[in-house]
Amino acid sequence: MGLFLHQVLAGIATGGIYACMGLAVVMIYQAIDHLNFAQGEMAMFSTFVAWQLIQWGAPYWVAFLATVAISFAAGVAIDRIVFKPIHGAPVLSHVVVFIAMLSILNSGAGYIWDYQIKTFPSPFGSGNLFGQNLVSRHDAGMIAVTLMMLMALYFFFRHTRIGLAMRAAAASPDSARLAGIRVGWMVALGWGMAAAIGAIAGMMIAPVVFLEPNMMISILLYGFAGAVLGGLTSPGGAVLGGFAVGVIENLAATYIPGAGRELKLTIALFIIVAVLIFKPGGLFGRRVVSRV
Amino acid sequence: MPRSDDVGAEARSPTGSSLASWRALAIIGGLVLVAGLPFVVKNFLTFQITLAVIYAIAILGLNLLTGVNGQFSLGHSAFYAIGAYTAAIMMNADIDYGWTLPAAGLACFVSGFLFGLPALRLEGIYLALATFALAVATPQLLKVNFLEDWTGGVQGISVIKPDAPFGLPLNADQWLYFFTLAVAALLYLCAANLVKSRTGRALVAIRDHPVAASAMGINVPLYKSLIFGVSALYTGVAGALGAIAIQFVAPDSFTFALAIALFVGLVVGGVGSIPGTLFGGAFVLFVPNIAEKVSKGLAGAVYGVILILLIYLMPTGVAGLVRWVAGKLVRRPAAAGDARPVASAGMSPDVKPAMELIGLEGDKSGVQAR
Repeated sequence: MGLFLHQVLAGIATGGIYACMGLAVVMIYQAIDHLNFAQGEMAMFSTFVAWQLIQWGAPYWVAFLATVAISFAAGVAIDRIVFKPIHGAPVLSHVVVFIAMLSILNSGAGYIWDYQIKTFPSPFGSGNLFGQNLVSRHDAGMIAVTLMMLMALYFFFRHTRIGLAMRAAAASPDSARLAGIRVGWMVALGWGMAAAIGAIAGMMIAPVVFLEPNMMISILLYGFAGAVLGGLTSPGGAVLGGFAVGVIENLAATYIPGAGRELKLTIALFIIVAVLIFKPGGLFGRRVVSRV
Repeated sequence: MPRSDDVGAEARSPTGSSLASWRALAIIGGLVLVAGLPFVVKNFLTFQITLAVIYAIAILGLNLLTGVNGQFSLGHSAFYAIGAYTAAIMMNADIDYGWTLPAAGLACFVSGFLFGLPALRLEGIYLALATFALAVATPQLLKVNFLEDWTGGVQGISVIKPDAPFGLPLNADQWLYFFTLAVAALLYLCAANLVKSRTGRALVAIRDHPVAASAMGINVPLYKSLIFGVSALYTGVAGALGAIAIQFVAPDSFTFALAIALFVGLVVGGVGSIPGTLFGGAFVLFVPNIAEKVSKGLAGAVYGVILILLIYLMPTGVAGLVRWVAGKLVRRPAAAGDARPVASAGMSPDVKPAMELIGLEGDKSGVQAR
C-alpha cells in the first residue's frame, strides 16, 4: 500500500507537467478547432526567452511576466501572419503549417541557443515538501500554478464579456459575427492566450526536464493524452486528464512487468487510442453531434 | 450495376485527348530518360533517386489512405519501420531479398488492418492524433528489451546490398535502381487500378460522404480498415526496399520526423494525385538537403518556410499546379480552332486508357484550395 500511495503521489507530481500542457492544448483547440502540433515547440521557445532574460540578469518573476507578455504577443502575431491567410483551408493544410512551425521553432531555438542541455531555475526551490521524498516543492508549486491558471480561465470565460465573446466565436462564428463580435480577433486572442499558457507550462516544466530544443515532443504527446482523456472541449477535464495520465504512467511502470521507463511513450499511445475507442468525447467533454 | 464514369478523365472536356497525348509524349520521354539515367550519372545520385522512388511508394500508400479515402495518418513511419525490420530480419536469416517484400507487405497489411480497426471510429484530427502517438512511440517500441534478439535493440541491424542476378553488367546500386523501379511500376499500376475499380469508387464515396455511402450499402468500417491495411502494405514494401538500399535499420531512423516527411511529401505532391507522389518522394529526399545548403544551422527553419510557402502558393500540390498549367496550355490552341499540335504524334488510341491509369482528376482530390 505504501508503494502504491507513493507511486500515485509521484504520478500526480509528474501529472502536473502534463496537466499544464493539456490545458494549453485545449485552449488552442477551443479557439481554432485544430490540435496545434507546434504547441510544444512554442512553449519551448518561450522558455528559452525566459532563460535568456534571466541570463541577462532579470529577476525570476520579472522574466516570468515579461515572457508571458512576449508569448502572448507572439501568439497573436502567429495567428495574424501565418494562419489568417489559410483560414478555412482544409485540416490537411493546417497540419502541414503546424509542422512547418514546429520545424522553424525547433531549428531556430537550436540555432540561437544551441542544443546543449541547460538548467532552468525554479521559483519554488528544489527541496521536498513535508520532508518526505514524495512531492518536491517545485512539483507542488507547479500543481498550484496549474490550478490557479485553471481558475483564472474559468472566471475569464464565465464572468467576463470578452470571455463570453470568445466562447460565442468558437461555438458559432457566423452568429457571433452577426452579433457584432470580431471573430477574427477572438481567434487571435485565443492564440495569444494559448501561447501564454504554453509559456507558463514551459517555465514550470523546464526545471524538471531541463531546457533543450527537443524537450517538448514527448511532453506534448502526454499533453495530448491528458487532453483527450479529459475531453478536448473541457479545460478542467484536460487538467484532470493530465494528472490521471501521470498517475497511470507511474502505476503502469511499477506494476506492469516490462512496461517500465522504456515504454513510457507507448503508454501514452495506449491511453489515447483506448479513450478514442471507448469514450471519444473524453471523460468530461461534450459529445459533438453533427447533423447531416 | 452500370459503371459510372466517376473517376475517369475522358468526359471532362473536348481538349482532354490533346492533353492526354501530351502526357503520353512526356511519359515516353520520361521512360527513356529513366532507363538511361543510372549509366550517365554517378552511383550516389542513382542511389538517391532510388531512395526518392522508395519514398514515393510510401507516399503513394499514404495517398491511398488520405487522398482516396480521406483518412489521416501522421504515423506511417511505424509501418515503414515494420517493413524495414521485416526485410532486415529476413535477410539476416539468409532469405533472398526478393521474398522480403511480400513478407513486409503482408506484415504491414495485417498491422495496418488491426490499427485501422479502432482507427476507423476516429475522424480527421482524432485520427491524426492517434497516429501521431503511434509515430512518436515507434522508436521506443523498436528498442524494447524483449524484442532485442530480433531487432538488435538500439544497435539496429545491418544488411548487405544484393548484387545483380543473371550476371547482368550492373553494379549493386544500378541493379537496385531497376529493381525498385519495377516494384514501383507494379505498385503504381495496382494503385491506379484499385482507384478505378468498384472498390475505389466505394472508397471515394466514403471520403466524400460517409453517411450516404453507408446508405448505398457500402460497408464503411470494412472498407476503411481495409484501405488502412493496403496503405500500410505500400508503405511497408517501401520500408523493406529502404532497408535494402540503406543497408541498415535502427530505431532512430523511424522517428516522428519520418512520419512528417511522408506526410509532407503527400501534401507537396498533391493529395489524391497518384503521379504527384513521385514529386513528393523527390521533395522528401532533396529539399532537406537544399535547405541545409541555404543555411546549415537553420536548415529546419528553411524547410519550414518552404512548407508554408507551398501551402500558400500551391495548396493542391505539384500535381494541382501541373494540371493547372497544362489546362492553360491546352485550352488556348483548341479555342482558336487550331490543329492540335500533338494529334499527329502517332499516339495509338490505347495509350489513352493508360493515361487514365495515371491519375485521378483534380476535382476528386478531396482537398480544395480554400
